[in-house]
Amino acid sequence: MIFYLTGGLIVASTAMAITRRHMVHAVIYLLFSFFGTAILFYLLGAPLLAALWVIIYAGAIMVLFLFVVMMIRTDATEEVMFPLNQWLPAAIFGAIYMAVGAAVVLMTPGTEVALPLMAGSPREFALYVFQNHWLSIEIVSLLLLVALVGAMSLGRGKGRDRTEDEA
Amino acid sequence: MNGITHLEMYQFVSLMLLGLGLFGLVRRRSLVGMLISVELMLNGAGLSIVASGQLTPASAAMGQLATLFVMGLAAAEVALILAIIIVVSRRFGHIESNNLRTMRG
Repeated sequence: MIFYLTGGLIVASTAMAITRRHMVHAVIYLLFSFFGTAILFYLLGAPLLAALWVIIYAGAIMVLFLFVVMMIRTDATEEVMFPLNQWLPAAIFGAIYMAVGAAVVLMTPGTEVALPLMAGSPREFALYVFQNHWLSIEIVSLLLLVALVGAMSLGRGKGRDRTEDEA
Repeated sequence: MNGITHLEMYQFVSLMLLGLGLFGLVRRRSLVGMLISVELMLNGAGLSIVASGQLTPASAAMGQLATLFVMGLAAAEVALILAIIIVVSRRFGHIESNNLRTMRG
């Protein structure tokens, strides 16, 4: 029952997020979608992942989005609706992907039996990760560091160039 | 709810997120809107991976680990792309993807 409520909430807020013209509204609806996903993670028996999802996505990434949306000038009023012949292909592609995916899910053998939920406690999960996959975790953190440094150098260097060009 | 298992319901929700994100990616004009759509698609991917890990005989911890990687990837991607968006808006004064034609460094 909670699943149906949350699933409906996620899909509805996602639909709102991709149709709002004002960027801040879209970001807020995206936030609702992430919260719903975190609730689904909790229902699936992954409490650590749910907490991380709220902290990283709903916290950090959304704050980043909001900052950028408020820093740059988004001409919300100018974003007019596409004419039909432009958004119809988009709708068709989305619908085809959904149909193919649904067919794959339905036709895969073995999905008929309902399996018991496997709960992964944070302790088990952490032990598993750092005993078997510590190298991949380090690689991902290195990737984050590189992305951070790249973002910083991109933001600072190009800004200075531009002011020199204009002056 | 006969015939449709929990796993299928979760996969349907994540598929819907994927389809809506794809639609938004094609439909949106500004770069921020396109990035929001990409985030929605990654959201669906994470949900699908966790549902598959928890509701099938596959290792549950493995699924959670994969979603952790998706999360790290998304964070790195968002940081980089938002920096690019800031640079673009500083240089061109707007972030409409239709009107961005030059790519000179």
